[in-house]
Amino acid sequence: MAPVVDTLRLTAEDALALVERKEISPSELHASYLDAIGARDGELHAYLRTVETAEGASIPIALKDVISTKGVETTAGSKILAGYTPVFDATVAARCKAAGLTLLGKTNTDEFAMGSSTENSAWGPSHNPWDPSLVPGGSGGGTAAAVSAGLAPWGLGSDTGGSIKQPSALCGNVGLRPTYGTVSRFGVVAFASSLDQIGPVAKTVRDVALLYSIIAGRDTNDSTTVELPEPVQLPDEERLDGLRIGVPKQIESLDAIEPGVRAALERSLALARELGAEVGECDLPISYRYGMPCYYLIAPAEASSNLARHDGVRYGPRTEAETYREMVERTRDEGFGPEPKRRIMLGTYALSAGYFDAFYGQAQKVRTLLIREHREALARFDVIATPTSPTVAFPIGDKAADPLAMYACDLLTIPSCLAGLPGLSIPCGLSDDLPVGLQLLGPQFGENTLFRAGHALERALGYDTVPLRWRAGSDPTRGQTAGRDGSDPTSQGGAR
Amino acid sequence: MAISREEVLHVARLARLALSEDEVERLTVELDAILEAVGIVAELDLADVPPTSHPLDLANVWDEDEPRDSLSLGDVFANAPARDGDLFRVPPTA
Repeated sequence: MAPVVDTLRLTAEDALALVERKEISPSELHASYLDAIGARDGELHAYLRTVETAEGASIPIALKDVISTKGVETTAGSKILAGYTPVFDATVAARCKAAGLTLLGKTNTDEFAMGSSTENSAWGPSHNPWDPSLVPGGSGGGTAAAVSAGLAPWGLGSDTGGSIKQPSALCGNVGLRPTYGTVSRFGVVAFASSLDQIGPVAKTVRDVALLYSIIAGRDTNDSTTVELPEPVQLPDEERLDGLRIGVPKQIESLDAIEPGVRAALERSLALARELGAEVGECDLPISYRYGMPCYYLIAPAEASSNLARHDGVRYGPRTEAETYREMVERTRDEGFGPEPKRRIMLGTYALSAGYFDAFYGQAQKVRTLLIREHREALARFDVIATPTSPTVAFPIGDKAADPLAMYACDLLTIPSCLAGLPGLSIPCGLSDDLPVGLQLLGPQFGENTLFRAGHALERALGYDTVPLRWRAGSDPTRGQTAGRDGSDPTSQGGAR
Repeated sequence: MAISREEVLHVARLARLALSEDEVERLTVELDAILEAVGIVAELDLADVPPTSHPLDLANVWDEDEPRDSLSLGDVFANAPARDGDLFRVPPTA
């Protein structure tokens, strides 16, 4: 009889300790998560498919369905990749495998990672574990919902303009978009190559740092990757003495930010001051006026080029026709859903003769300004703090018919993505009983600073990652790390 | 209007999308609104600003030229909609 684990509370670090102490076997742990998926994923639809057999000597992981997994269908949430079964592993999947992590399954995503709610998935939306009538965010809503619902100890997402950080904020867990170039994209379904990054999602900053250390580093199969200039440090300090935090002065006048989100940011900043940090004001005037327009020219332009490969010739379903051209055009019209079509059209237009300079060329120059103003702000401050999302989770269907309203969800995450900078989202409180995310941005390769700041704040905030509606049924003494009182973690392991 | 119906049809041809009449109508309206919103980048005078195509300052990334195994033909064709010997089969181009 396998020991009982409370997957709702179990952190990856504690799960690793259980396996190491042989209190539970990798396959028993894998089975515990499959049981949790069986119990709760009917309502949430975080997973598109699960893997029954645990192959590996460590703990499980969930991978977003844009990450190629050898022998396991990978669709990027699109009908145009229905049935596509990769014959090789993405580098990040291979690195997880090499670390002994067992693949639990593939998580739901907006089609080709284009969206902020998972409503664009060809396979139907995922639901927020805090309230299933709400979106979990997107595009990586599947991974974020899985982690918050205890359906995986941790997982990987992909982030082009906020697809890791925003769902983590809306589901109340920790997500990292790493510095551009630190994690290989080899074998990941491409969206916008100058922006796409892979990164970890977990319940704690330490878990995120640990998973980042597993996947980061140069890969000869992705020539945009580099080695980390310094090893990943697992954070353990609880003070923030000397840390300089800059808050963009533009945040105050952004009407899109809900009062409850603003209040949670203020409380976090007050706490940071108590922990010894200096909080000041920085200036990002281009970011919040031109960041979104810049992104919605550059990302669709690159997407229109990347998605040209889906033509019904080498893989994916094909719609038969008399001529080659007709076959390609029909295959693409039937295979792509509305959002990828919108972005392919927008991008093709922005790159087409007569419009290139006014749209794509101009956006590339705006990108230079965004990089410069972030560099100036980060010369005066160690980290920049903003809310991750202007709002808490919103109802399914609320923004689905209005592309521009959906694009505005990424207002605060987009500028640093264009600048290639790392960003960490940590849960910083509740508004209307729903999680609010705090976004911490750093300079290129500044992940260790983000981990240190995020960990200290996470400890001080004492936020509980278990959704409110499930807390009664969850024993808070099970599966937690050593408490702030320094109690012995072995006395409260997650296994019985 | 930032974009006309004729332009939508032209872009769809460039993008190899056989859009239905409904899609053409909807996209003309949607793209018009989106182009108006993103078009504000034109407000900025950026004549002296260099463009950024990539956020990392990498140049001349080299790798050792070592022979490695490539995918087997079985793997290459594993997901192909139509195979003809060692070729992908497609309809005639004209």
